[in-house]
Amino acid sequence: MEKQQEYSLVTEVSGPLMVIQGVKGVAYNEVVRIKTTRGEERIGQVLEVSEDRAVVEVFEGTKGLDTKLTSVRFTGKPLTIGVSEELLGRVFDGVGNPIDDAPPIIPKETRDIEGRPINPFARAYPTDFIETGISSLDGLNTLVRGQKLPIFSGAGLPHNELAAQIARQAKVKGETEKFGVVFCAMGITREEANFFVRDFERTGALERTVLFLNLADDPAIERIIAPKIALTSAEYLAFDRGMHVLVILTDMTNYAEAMREIAAAREEVPGRRGYPGYMYTNLATIYERAGRIEKKKGSITQMPILSMPDDDITHPIPDLTGYITEGQIVLSRSLDHRGIYPPIDVLPCLSRLMAKGIGEGKTRKEHAALSDQLYAAYAEGRDLRDLVAIVGEEALTDRDKKYLKFADEFEAKFIAQRKDENRSIEETLSIGWSLLGLLPRSELKKVEEEDIKRYLKDAEKK
Amino acid sequence: MSREGVISKISGPVIQAKKMRGSHMGDVVKVGKEKLIGEIIRLNEDNATIQVYEETTGIMPGEPVLDTGTPLSVELGPGLLKSIYDGIQRPLPLIMHKTGDFVSRGVDIPALDRKRKWSFDPLIKSGTKVEGGDIIGELEETTLVTHRVMIPPNLRGTLSWIAKKGDYTIEEPIAKVGSDGKSEVVTMLQKWPVRKERPFFKKLDPTIPLLTGQRVFDTFFPLARGGAAAIPGGFGTGKTVSEHQLAKWSDAKIVVYIGCGERGNEMTDVLKEFPALKDPETGESLMNRTILIANTSNMPVAAREASIYTGITLAEYYRDMGYDVAVMADSTSRWAEALREISGRLEEMPGEEGYPAYLGSRLAEFYERAGRIKTIGKGSREGSISIVGAVSPPGGDFSEPVTQNTLRIVKVFWALDTDLADRRHFPSVNWLRSYSLYLDEVRSFREKGIGKDWYALRREGTKLLEKEAELQEIVRLVGPDALMPKDRIVLEGARMIREDFLQQSAFHLVDTYCPESKQYELLRIILDFYAFMKKAVEKGIRVEELLESKSKEQIARLKTVPNEEFEERFKEVRERIKAEEKKLGAG
Repeated sequence: MEKQQEYSLVTEVSGPLMVIQGVKGVAYNEVVRIKTTRGEERIGQVLEVSEDRAVVEVFEGTKGLDTKLTSVRFTGKPLTIGVSEELLGRVFDGVGNPIDDAPPIIPKETRDIEGRPINPFARAYPTDFIETGISSLDGLNTLVRGQKLPIFSGAGLPHNELAAQIARQAKVKGETEKFGVVFCAMGITREEANFFVRDFERTGALERTVLFLNLADDPAIERIIAPKIALTSAEYLAFDRGMHVLVILTDMTNYAEAMREIAAAREEVPGRRGYPGYMYTNLATIYERAGRIEKKKGSITQMPILSMPDDDITHPIPDLTGYITEGQIVLSRSLDHRGIYPPIDVLPCLSRLMAKGIGEGKTRKEHAALSDQLYAAYAEGRDLRDLVAIVGEEALTDRDKKYLKFADEFEAKFIAQRKDENRSIEETLSIGWSLLGLLPRSELKKVEEEDIKRYLKDAEKK
Repeated sequence: MSREGVISKISGPVIQAKKMRGSHMGDVVKVGKEKLIGEIIRLNEDNATIQVYEETTGIMPGEPVLDTGTPLSVELGPGLLKSIYDGIQRPLPLIMHKTGDFVSRGVDIPALDRKRKWSFDPLIKSGTKVEGGDIIGELEETTLVTHRVMIPPNLRGTLSWIAKKGDYTIEEPIAKVGSDGKSEVVTMLQKWPVRKERPFFKKLDPTIPLLTGQRVFDTFFPLARGGAAAIPGGFGTGKTVSEHQLAKWSDAKIVVYIGCGERGNEMTDVLKEFPALKDPETGESLMNRTILIANTSNMPVAAREASIYTGITLAEYYRDMGYDVAVMADSTSRWAEALREISGRLEEMPGEEGYPAYLGSRLAEFYERAGRIKTIGKGSREGSISIVGAVSPPGGDFSEPVTQNTLRIVKVFWALDTDLADRRHFPSVNWLRSYSLYLDEVRSFREKGIGKDWYALRREGTKLLEKEAELQEIVRLVGPDALMPKDRIVLEGARMIREDFLQQSAFHLVDTYCPESKQYELLRIILDFYAFMKKAVEKGIRVEELLESKSKEQIARLKTVPNEEFEERFKEVRERIKAEEKKLGAG
């Protein structure tokens, strides 16, 4: 039941916030419907309430509001969204209104967009290997179903192509079922959004995709709720309808910026670089909505994309994200300049859930050891590259020269692949083995001797 | 006695209530119609500021606030082990059965099972004089742990009655203690406020090492029982894996693992993995000695603040029984952030980076609850609490307030290094930055127990690594070719220590746990090989020839030799080194 009182005692409008005096019976976090003098409707949410005063954040921006005639109605409910299977194939704006000229969906249920934390005891540990067909992921930073793995990118790097390729190719070995996709755009351009829509259309993925678009020219404040709406629908599809859902959130940097804007407007004590002190907790309420639940069929795998301001991985947004997510995929400008796609710099990359998603019965027994060996060798090669820049290649020992060659070949053959190239895990591993063939046998300490005998020979034959 | 106030303001997890005069700081209150749990953190005349341990959406000014008149407390008694609790000791499995897969608020479930019967075995007779800390009986809590039932700390008198051997619930009387004509009933269930340290008789010096089965910790930077260690590192450097390894393999009797503001899946990992893991000593499931506290990053922030106190109080209870307890807190930075968030909502004057000015003293208070002690009560038992706190510095920069304030207190510093993690050197403990101030304390213990040259070997190892760092400066300028053979040997020796000794795979079936004798032998064989290489180059043998040595390759594989047969394999390798020495004429 909606409460019916209307108030028109707006005393202050500042940035995205509005203060209303003389209110009664207002609940923390409830939704507010605002009517401007021109008759426009907007929605907002209560951020702070005392006995007769409420601070409201206005989602569609405060432009056009006044302190005389603007009227406000408190709904008594937190922000909700209607969910049903009809969401699939549809396009919505950042607050959940359809923008594809089709009628509104008929909801089966209405849900609070804040969601509730999954009980850690109810979680099932993610262990199902997802084959993305991309070697630097499958081989070295394996994605598993129910993981949250962000792409740390920078302006001008091909993170969209990579995300689209993953969405297109991702499958669980031995299963034919495709992933459902929930795509949430926050402050990206129309052009970028169209790239994804076209790609989903082309590959026929659109009918199992839900899109929520808050584009660059939409109100920044809506970016705060767009991912929550997207994740609420993802939770419904995954845990009520048993779908395996891949959620792509782009660009999380814009989300964090919007958070900072509200914090500044509330005159809160700023933390690092002006971001609020609770940014970690806030980001966690987004990222932690990935996972699997014991005895439930579906899953939510998250792939947030964020652009690192000035490619700085220690900036608060990637930094706090990395502390919450289960690893990260880092794109490198230098690889991109050298024409290597995908320009994944594997050294700072990590998949925390890899260990239990690979190995015998999932990928192959020697996978973990092979990955360690490739990592160690590539790291060594990269170090030597820096050294060569100073002392020249002649000053290197024979062993070092081999490592140098390994690093080059590794980037050219293992990391680089075509945008439509879908490598099986066997192909990925065998490329890895053939690269190890460039190194002296005695250097291969991380892989088992019997595997060297078996796979290195195979790879050398080819 | 309960007092009722009225909510006047709500801002996230912090609310204000009026008509609260007469309430105490730290009192637990029930907030609103849904009776959410909160704690009074500030009083101002008629007004109280309350931090709420649950989500406050939908709460309105005007709703009631009920003061329970008691401080935030935990329940102590049999049944704690094998449990998994949230930050304020509510059992997560029962919450799940009651409210489903997602955590709801306003759930009121006691921490300990009221119906379960434990077979209590009395150890003293009625008529005995007793005082706080005295053991009156015991029971088998799990196959690994005997639960000792103690007289509550502030009770003393004459035992007028004690229950016969038999099965009792935690609420049934098991003893009566009389003094001054009054008689008090003792049950197995006791309560204790979390923010108050449990009493002990006196503190002892930490001199016994806490063995962890991890080479870099045990051999290079040892922790003593009753000591505190900090393990800071940027994301992806392996803090959590290290904490898990310590929880699995450290030789404490009890492990309390506090997941404070971290990932949900990590707690699930512990929950799924620990029951299947076997204690290397007894072969029993590791879960039998473990208590988990999980307040993940998306669970209410005030409960996160409370979680580390909940954890340490449970630890103190088992310490008082005379056990060695290890507490893992992952991560203390998330706790500090919770403190900062609450402080911000209170509009307190911020200190460095927005943290409250009392951050340092709060951290100190927490770490000071570690220690090796003599307990109160008769028979004076010894118990200890060791704390390992993970720290997550923003941007991996150790100059930030949480790391710095922690370093002022703890005596062991395990600095994790992003650069090492990037090249998959795990555990990514930086050997040049880390330190342990317990080295001298545990030295004599180790030299007696494991080998007279234990300390000397360790010293030689660290020296070699220091020398390597110096030489690498030169290599960076002139290239490795320009080095003298004896220096190239140093680099090789240091590389062997790094790769064949310090690196240890947490996911390898054998390597995940390395017994101390194997640690010692492994370091010894590597240093012996280094001595052989040194001698060989002095006699003019080429470095390349030494690098191709078969025994060097074998040493690299020694860490994965099964622990039961390692002595034999080590012997074989030693013989091979001898043979090579002879062949090269360097012997």
